[in-house]
Amino acid sequence: MAAIDIPTEAAHLRPTLLRFAKLQLRNEAAAEDAVQETLLAAVTSGESFAGRAALRTWLMAILRNKIVDHIRRHAREPSIQAVNDEGEDTDFDALFAADGHWAEAPADWGNPQKSLENKRFHDVFEACMTLLPEKIARVFMMREFLGLETDEICKELSISTSNCWVVLYRARMRLRECLQINWFGDEPGGVRV
Amino acid sequence: MTCQEAHKLVVQAQDGRLPLIKHLGLRFHVFICKSCTAFGRQMEFLRAACRSFPGDED
Repeated sequence: MAAIDIPTEAAHLRPTLLRFAKLQLRNEAAAEDAVQETLLAAVTSGESFAGRAALRTWLMAILRNKIVDHIRRHAREPSIQAVNDEGEDTDFDALFAADGHWAEAPADWGNPQKSLENKRFHDVFEACMTLLPEKIARVFMMREFLGLETDEICKELSISTSNCWVVLYRARMRLRECLQINWFGDEPGGVRV
Repeated sequence: MTCQEAHKLVVQAQDGRLPLIKHLGLRFHVFICKSCTAFGRQMEFLRAACRSFPGDED
């Protein structure tokens, strides 16, 4: 397969990269900067790619690094710092009966691939992520979108290990609840705020 | 192990390694518990969703 024209293809991927960066950084200007630097790196790299998918993978890896760099540089700012008074992980005790069984059994979400190939799913998922409190979202995204280990995240954000675990637990439980209601449940397609 | 205990371990396993004894206890619980199996799949789904975001926008 012939190598693709990088500037053309990179411009085509720009909206995808920007959407990812905006969700991570929750800051339009910072997201624009990270994407701009990423595209510049692609154009000046001298690498060649066999197709758009390969270029996308490569660009996403660079963009992730740029976002992590940004978070590291700003880790001491109050907007990024997670707090330590987040309480205990008892928020979801109501999901269980007194004997420790599920009050309502978790639903079978079926074939994941089917959801992930649906464009609307990513809109709903994005809305659910946006509904997470910023500090919780920050920790969760460092873990799942940027691929950092839990220990690294605690260290970067100067929060205790136990707090880190509680925050990640809360993020996962809230996202699960949000998707259950808005994608898998009675109100598919629209996110209830 | 109750479901309430098991679901916390399922979540913890997403973010680090469980001590062997807890890992084995969880494996056994999930093996016999349909609800916690479904919950575990939901957690795996969340991870897959993060990996594939924002999907193909073509």
